Amino acid sequence: MLSRVADSIYWMARYIERAENVARYVDVALQSSLDGQKNPGSQWMPLVAAAGDRGMFLEKYGEAMASREGGDAVMRFLAFDQEYPNSIVSCVTKARENARQVRGSLALEAWEHLNKFYHFLISAEARRRAVESPHDFFSEIRTASYLFEGIVESTMSRGEEWNFMKLGRALERADQTSRILDVKYFILLPTPSDVGSVVDDLLWAALLHSVSGYEMFRRRHGRILPEKVVDFLVLDREFPRAVLFCLERAEECLLNLSGTPMGSFRNNAEKQVSRLRANLAYTNVEEVISQGLHEFLDNLQNGLNQVGEGIFETFFALETQSQFQFQQ
Amino acid sequence: MKLDRYNPGDFYDEVFEAVGKPRPPAGVLVRTLESMPEGELNRRQLAAEKAFLDLGITFNVYNSQSGLERIFPFDILPRIIEASEWDFIERGLRQRIHALNLFLDDIYHDQRIVRDGIVPLELIRSAKGYRKECHGLNPPWGVWCHITGTDLVKDGDGRLYVLEDNIRCPSGVSYVIGNRQVMKRTFPQIFGAMNPRPVEDYPSRLLDMLQFMGQRSGGPPCVAILTPGVYNSAYFEHSFLAQQMGVDLVTGSDLAVRDGYLYMRTTRGFKKVDVLYRRIDDDFLDPRTFREDSLLGVPGLMDVYRAGRVAICNAPGTGVADDKVIYAYVPKIVEYYLGEEILLPNVETYMCWVPGERAYVLEHMAELVIKTANDSGGYGVLIGPHSTKAVLNEWAERIKDNPRNFIAQRTLSLSRSPVIVGDECEGRHVDLRPFVLYGRDIYVMPGGLTRVALKKGSLVVNSSQGGGSKDTWVMPAVPEPLNGHAGGSPGGLSRIGQADGQAHAAAAEPLVQPETPALAKAAP
Repeated sequence: MLSRVADSIYWMARYIERAENVARYVDVALQSSLDGQKNPGSQWMPLVAAAGDRGMFLEKYGEAMASREGGDAVMRFLAFDQEYPNSIVSCVTKARENARQVRGSLALEAWEHLNKFYHFLISAEARRRAVESPHDFFSEIRTASYLFEGIVESTMSRGEEWNFMKLGRALERADQTSRILDVKYFILLPTPSDVGSVVDDLLWAALLHSVSGYEMFRRRHGRILPEKVVDFLVLDREFPRAVLFCLERAEECLLNLSGTPMGSFRNNAEKQVSRLRANLAYTNVEEVISQGLHEFLDNLQNGLNQVGEGIFETFFALETQSQFQFQQ
Repeated sequence: MKLDRYNPGDFYDEVFEAVGKPRPPAGVLVRTLESMPEGELNRRQLAAEKAFLDLGITFNVYNSQSGLERIFPFDILPRIIEASEWDFIERGLRQRIHALNLFLDDIYHDQRIVRDGIVPLELIRSAKGYRKECHGLNPPWGVWCHITGTDLVKDGDGRLYVLEDNIRCPSGVSYVIGNRQVMKRTFPQIFGAMNPRPVEDYPSRLLDMLQFMGQRSGGPPCVAILTPGVYNSAYFEHSFLAQQMGVDLVTGSDLAVRDGYLYMRTTRGFKKVDVLYRRIDDDFLDPRTFREDSLLGVPGLMDVYRAGRVAICNAPGTGVADDKVIYAYVPKIVEYYLGEEILLPNVETYMCWVPGERAYVLEHMAELVIKTANDSGGYGVLIGPHSTKAVLNEWAERIKDNPRNFIAQRTLSLSRSPVIVGDECEGRHVDLRPFVLYGRDIYVMPGGLTRVALKKGSLVVNSSQGGGSKDTWVMPAVPEPLNGHAGGSPGGLSRIGQADGQAHAAAAEPLVQPETPALAKAAP
């Protein structure tokens, strides 16, 4: 397939996943703020921080808006701000732009769904819904993303396109889960000595809800303990939004693309993803916490960036390869 | 819906002969529309518009920061063409395009038509679309104009005329197919009752033609569509056709010339391209041969083409026949190459480079339509009767400055067709752009894009100037039991096998037959 098409499919998948995750975080913050928190305003800024865009928000909206109860400024910023590159509307716009370039690789239904989703998001109706019944609105975003994934799952041939799609989704999901954990953990549990202490169940439950993992967590670990939540979100091999699970899928996709056997590598993308996956596979939560979760997640994010760079140089930037491969 | 008050006025109307009297093939349509409750038609119109938006059948509005997209305005009342009229159009188009292709091949080789004194050399050399770099080139199978979108109009007396030939990169065929898809959702019952000829097989026929141009040993040739990119106003069409044919849609940066071949950049290295359906102008194809500043094309592409290692559709250089002064010679071109009288006539055209004709034009500007030789898309057109003294004077000066660049035509009274305006119907002017493929044989898609000037009284149908479109229904062929000629290939198709052409037409036959044979088979 064309390198440019592979690039577009990969980013289309990433942007849809990103939009979905932003919707998740905002929705959970909304829920928590209704739960009678002592300091409801504090729910909102971490969301902006999770995306790494605190500076831009403060510049555009100011300090006062950041702490305002109800979080409508933050919500507007994260959902509808077209100038903010990681807002839901920006992500879906970019996903659709990418989809437009790869129409031939998508079933008509997949394109039509994404297109409708975009037109809904830029409509006045969407803004009205977000204000009047925010929970319904953000659920709809999540559902739209599920639906896209489902259409693709049941219509797309399992060829290169498919692997690039899954690769993009898996890496973005790993990135998003690690970000939200980083921000929340910092607030919930500032020091390692707090491990094992009684914490507010509600806040941890909210974190699990934001990745739709509350039920799965309960079945796996029962009681909500901070280190178990970290274990579940980072090192679980069965929960589909856990970082390790996502990395295993990303590794599979890359090996599928080149036909490389498990346990070896033929290009830099494979090398980076396998190394990162192995790092997570051969550690445990005690080590992670004693090392410091924030440092651990920081390294993880760097690792994910290196995987992204490896993918770019291996598949998308053909000219930089030292020797050309020719096909007839 | 009340259609009995619809007044065709002093125009030729495509649906109504007179007030309350639909033309015979439109009878079913009109009766069904009249039986619909008040507001129903309008509701279906809105639903159709929503369907276009959902399907992403939109074009970009230039200079719009918010990435504004619009649907191409669409009117759900179809334009209907009788079988007999269509047969005539089809024969006329085959004849015309066959002759134009011979003309192109001639002027890039021996220029017999010049030496025989039919077309002056000066006119060819000064045509903006003439490419001296193409002299002596031999495109595969001698075909230059693979895809044509001829513009036809009907005058007040019901006669058809060719307005433009469009043999560079004609667009609009995706809207024909899109319109048809939406119409099937909009009027399923009428559609079933009237059984118009299908248009949805166009992408398959296009792919057949393109692959035929790139035949090579060992597997089907690799076909790609070259687009200027996602911000081009026709991008939807480029991506639609690529998707329908299952070929790659490429931009210039996806392509590279290496060791004398054209390649595209894939995730598994470079892959050879055999046929390029290009949707960018000649000027931008290859910065080493044409415009140096082009970023849209591929450096070295023309060398690969010259060496016969890639087919380019349409062939570079076809624009010479789109020059409106050359257009004026098409009747002579048909006669010269085919020895036949032209079937689909030109609109009477005055060439300003001829002193006598120029004098006539300057004297009668207020009655004529004046056009520049090289513009398209409704630009470079002055409609005398709708113009003002000052503008006429300005154009008169321009004509005197550069007479070669202007032609004038009689102002036609374009035919009209009813469109929905609120809860009423009003007549609007229409034209027709059928699409023709030239490969193994010549294929004419039944129908084409009916463009409609939605602005009341306007004669300009171009989408860039407030035009919209309608679905075009060509009625099924009436069986002729006695002397049944299949309406297949016309006389004079000597160069590209005639027998083949008939075989193709015969193979396509079941598509246009009514459903009875299938039913008869199912019965036992």
